[in-house]
Amino acid sequence: MSIQVKDASIFYGDFKAVEDVSMSIKPKSVTAFIGPSGCGKSTFLRTLNRMHEVIPGAYVEGKIQIAGQDIYGPNVDPVAVRRKVGMVFQRPNPFPTMSIYDNVLAGNKLNSKRIKKSEADSIVEKALRGANLWNEVKDRLGKPGMGLSGGQQQRLCIARAIAVQPEVLLMDEPCSALDPISTAAIEDLIHELKSDYTIVIVTHNMQQAARVSDDTGFFNLKAAGQPGHLVEFNPTKQMFTKPDNPDTEAYISGRFG
Amino acid sequence: MSNIDLSNEETTLSHATLPRGAQWLVGVAAIALGGLALVLGMGIVGAVVIGVLAFLIGYPLWALLVENRRSATDKLITGLVWTAFGIAVIPLIWLVYMVVARGASVISPEFLTYSMRSVTGDEQGGLYHALMGTLIVTGIAALISIPIGIMTAIYLIEYGKGNRLAKAITFLVDVMTGIPSIVAGLFAFALFTLLVGPGTRFGFGGGVALSLLMIPTVVRSTEEMLKLVPDDLREAAYALGVPKWRTITRMVLPTAIGGIVTGVVLAISRVIGETAPLLVASGFNPNMNSNAFDDSPMMTVPVFIFTQLSEATAKGVSYAWGGALVLFVLVMVLNLIARIVGTIFAPKTGR
Ligand SMILES: Nc1ncnc2c1ncn2[C@@H]1O[C@H](COP(=O)(O)OP(=O)(O)OP(=O)(O)O)[C@@H](O)[C@H]1O
Ligand SMILES: [Mg+2]
Repeated sequence: MSIQVKDASIFYGDFKAVEDVSMSIKPKSVTAFIGPSGCGKSTFLRTLNRMHEVIPGAYVEGKIQIAGQDIYGPNVDPVAVRRKVGMVFQRPNPFPTMSIYDNVLAGNKLNSKRIKKSEADSIVEKALRGANLWNEVKDRLGKPGMGLSGGQQQRLCIARAIAVQPEVLLMDEPCSALDPISTAAIEDLIHELKSDYTIVIVTHNMQQAARVSDDTGFFNLKAAGQPGHLVEFNPTKQMFTKPDNPDTEAYISGRFG
Repeated sequence: MSNIDLSNEETTLSHATLPRGAQWLVGVAAIALGGLALVLGMGIVGAVVIGVLAFLIGYPLWALLVENRRSATDKLITGLVWTAFGIAVIPLIWLVYMVVARGASVISPEFLTYSMRSVTGDEQGGLYHALMGTLIVTGIAALISIPIGIMTAIYLIEYGKGNRLAKAITFLVDVMTGIPSIVAGLFAFALFTLLVGPGTRFGFGGGVALSLLMIPTVVRSTEEMLKLVPDDLREAAYALGVPKWRTITRMVLPTAIGGIVTGVVLAISRVIGETAPLLVASGFNPNMNSNAFDDSPMMTVPVFIFTQLSEATAKGVSYAWGGALVLFVLVMVLNLIARIVGTIFAPKTGR
């Protein structure tokens, strides 16, 4: 599913966090957002599945379409949007009361969907294999999800997100709490998931953006206290070789501020 | 900076220390001093005070002479903390001892299974009617308070975050926390006087009175537990396409259930010993009455203790202690249940 954003401005109450973002995200591709801290990457990402609205007073202006449908349209149920657009968070957050198995099935369990045991087993195995975690946990599916290492927990969260078969996967700095090996595992995973999902990832790691993404968006702040805005949105190759905007080049090459 | 003189006093890491077991030595000396005071006729309290003071002064002083100031301060503060701990615990242990010592001899099958129906003079009787009454009245209070309390807390934390209504409710809950318990009893009494008729005292009235005292505790403790569930988890559930109400009922409540149950049980054990409101709202009755809605008084253990004590006979006083022991065991059992439930439902984090 493609994502079209037109003139999106995002507010926390009176505070305008992001201003006038327009972009077009291609289906079945990886899009990376980079930019300095506080420029609104997370904020923008969270508007793509209406997670933004969870915060009291937060709202969005402009138009965001997924597969041609305005997700902020008057009759759109945010719950339906989130079923199509999954999310992986910066900090791994498996459900503490649930086993590994139940965590993967959380989308079904919490929605009280009745599924056959055999079907549940195959969903769990498929999702865990998809998240490159199956071999590590297949012998302890009944153990608590919180008992895994940080990197494993994060892959469990990815398995949980893909088990409900979304079409878009949003990832907010999914590797920031992980070691290089777990990071590499997740990057490989992103490569594999690309064939089935549209992936949008926020990262502070330039090499990671260069490695995993097809397109990159660079967000920046004009000045402290000003809203963030999209400086440049281009194919990753071009961004990292000859970006249109001198600010982009300065940021990517580390000459910034 | 290359040649630091290690013999220099300020760079030495070690210093003279008290001999091992110094605290025992000082302790024995302090006890001896206390004993001396006792012999000199200062009374037990004076002797203990002198002993403790001797330890509190002597031990740090010795450390000051041999070690250094920091070590002396450390020992002084440690001593003070232990003393404070002792002062806090002694009345508790003493109370438990008194209740068990005086109550245990009263406990008998008859005491536990007979009511005080037509007991006169030297006849025995028991507190069965009061025990059942307490269970019924407290049960009613719990049935009213738990749903109202938990749902109020859910509203405050999950829906009302900081809006006007939530602020008003929080304020009212705070006010309710401060209601003197007898006022709750009078409220229930007045309410049922209006609804049923003048002078109505019955089990349900007592339950209503207790629930007024219980609701704020349940709301507060549930609120605290719901706050402990990280927003990350709520967002994780939303991101899976789970609606808010299901997120609350299927994820937030199960995650917090251990703490909520503990809080509820502790709230029950808070109100189970209330006397004044029950005296007013459910009255007293020497007979067994198992119908909380029948327009006749229902006895409860605290009120039983009160009436026995006011008879001022030897048997009355010992029966009061017996009642106290029963109530005490009841509360202990509830606390035990709270602990067990708390550990059973605690989020599993083991590897
Ligand atoms: N819940 C909130 N309420 C009010 N303002 C917020 C909230 N969350 C973020 N902001 C503000 O919105 C702006 C953008 O924040 P955001 O978290 O989107 O930045 P970011 O680009 O993701 O930064 P980082 O790289 O550090 O994660 C910041 O000025 C921040 O202070
Ligand atoms: Mg962020």
